[in-house]
Amino acid sequence: MAIVETRSIRKKFADSIAVDGVDLATREGEFLVLLGPSGCGKTTLLRMIAGLERQSSGDVLIGGKLVNELPPRARKIAMVFQSYALYPHMTVAKNIAFPLKAQGVDASTIPDRVQRAATMFGIQRLLDRKPRQLSGGERQRVALARAMVREPDVFLLDEPLSNLDAKLRTLARDELQQFQRRMGTTTIYVTHDQVEAMGLGDRIAVMNQGRVRQLGRPQEVYHEPADTFVAGFLGSPPMNFFQREDLIAGFRPEQFLPKSAHEGNDALVTLWFQVHRIENLGASRLLYGSLRDAFQEEKVIAHLPFTMHVHIAPGTAYEFAVKEKDIKFFDRSTGLRTGPKPFWDRQ
Amino acid sequence: MRASTDVQTPHAESPVRRRTRLADNEAWLGRAMLAPAIIYIVALVGVPFLLALFYSVTNISVGHTEVRFVWLENFTSALQNPTFLRALKNSFLFAVFSQLLVIVLATILASALQKDFPGKWLVRLLILLPWVAPISLGSIGWLWIFEPIYSVINWTLRAIHVFGPNTWPIWLGQPNLAFASVVTVHVWRLLPLATVITLGGFSSIPQDLLDAASVDGAGFWRRQFQITLPLVLPIMLVALLFGVIFAFTDMIVIYVLTRGGPYDMTQVLASLAFFTGIEGGDLAGGAAIALFLFPLLAASAIFLLRVARRAEVI
Repeated sequence: MAIVETRSIRKKFADSIAVDGVDLATREGEFLVLLGPSGCGKTTLLRMIAGLERQSSGDVLIGGKLVNELPPRARKIAMVFQSYALYPHMTVAKNIAFPLKAQGVDASTIPDRVQRAATMFGIQRLLDRKPRQLSGGERQRVALARAMVREPDVFLLDEPLSNLDAKLRTLARDELQQFQRRMGTTTIYVTHDQVEAMGLGDRIAVMNQGRVRQLGRPQEVYHEPADTFVAGFLGSPPMNFFQREDLIAGFRPEQFLPKSAHEGNDALVTLWFQVHRIENLGASRLLYGSLRDAFQEEKVIAHLPFTMHVHIAPGTAYEFAVKEKDIKFFDRSTGLRTGPKPFWDRQ
Repeated sequence: MRASTDVQTPHAESPVRRRTRLADNEAWLGRAMLAPAIIYIVALVGVPFLLALFYSVTNISVGHTEVRFVWLENFTSALQNPTFLRALKNSFLFAVFSQLLVIVLATILASALQKDFPGKWLVRLLILLPWVAPISLGSIGWLWIFEPIYSVINWTLRAIHVFGPNTWPIWLGQPNLAFASVVTVHVWRLLPLATVITLGGFSSIPQDLLDAASVDGAGFWRRQFQITLPLVLPIMLVALLFGVIFAFTDMIVIYVLTRGGPYDMTQVLASLAFFTGIEGGDLAGGAAIALFLFPLLAASAIFLLRVARRAEVI
């Protein structure tokens, strides 16, 4: 177990800056997720931590030790790749044994440790197979077993679930988290999938254009976004934005409900919602429409759970409302979060 | 090759059908495009091969009109001829030594060429050059390099005082040196192909695998021998197969450099067959020598291709 830290780390490629000064520190045994759209630099950052990519400037520390000059093998890390990168010419057993052999572990203990790792991931019966004979889920388990077998200080996972089909992914997510909790190994997990990030992470670092936009617990990042990028990237559908004088105001689709459906005594902001189209998703309804009156027909989405039995028809305007405390404000030029601004339409 | 072996339905006679162009009919198009290659192989390889088979079991020779079957007599008499045994041994030695060197050097060169560096295109071009140069011209170049009086090697080494005043090797005249010289030229000639093939093999290995190995604790040598080489092995076997066949069947290098000398020390089967059959006029004896290795070469080709296929991964 160890803390991983990057200090103003930068990576310049020939024609672009992939990582632009990232200061990030994990906590002991933490599950930290790097979340961002493709090309945001998250994988490059992970590869620099692993030592597979040399940073242009800045430092990487693992367990308090400067590892800038250390090759990957000396950093006591394990990495799982998106492609799993299983050695195709070796059996599963040899794949798992490879890191042990490479690090000169006493040969007599290797079969035992391979066995234990295989048992942990339920792949004992696959030990004699070659990777090409395995299904996607099995390959993923082998990759994890190979990563954990040498008991690394840090786990680095690069989108390890993105090659699985949707059903398997949910299952694998659950297993992965249980496994990480049991091992208690500091883990850095790269993904572009916000559901994975929200579900797995102790904390999430949201990245865009080579910078960390926000670092925080999933709920913080979701409910208290630091800027419009984070607000718009997290959530499906994303946060609704509209102009409010010199600021940008935003609220989540699931907080935008028919006025009658709001309970409690929170102050409400009423907005007339012209519904254009309805998508029925089974568990919920998505209402696509626009804000009327003073809001220049801004397009917004409302997300209603199916338990909310309100009749809504397209082409009609309804009185919807948001709790005033759920509306976030952002600076129009920088996109950064600013303090709340009282609404005139309070009821 | 599938198009040529598939059973085709006969051409329909309807006018609509007849109007379809040749290019629309894949079965016939395939045959038409294969035809030049097949004609070429049949005319220039197949016919001479059958002719050689026939010659090897007769007593045919230049200037004699009477042809009589002697069956295996040509082969048995060849086996009793010390020059033939020498040539047989040399054929193997040349192939083994040159291929060993080629495989090692090709791996090193291909590793070096994988990385980007300024002037890479030039290095690539230079490495490929021996392959595009005609063998005979290349060999003549080497003949001058190994020349007993003007050898550029000797003069250079003397000029930088590696050779003392009494050292003056005759590269093509001393048996061991002649052997080494021939191996050198073979390596020079076969290296480009092997390098290009190996390079192709290297670049087909996903970067992730090498990264994974680095993270897993493997240093350069372990990555090389446990990941890279096993993965390019099937492709390298193809290069090896080509190399072995070239080395076994080539006679131009020998013909130009040593003509089999000194004292038949560099004679190989191909050159001996030529000297016996064409220059010596003993067509039957030459054919027997030329065909001697055919079963062995065919078997090793099949074996190597099998191994290559079995080792194929991913």
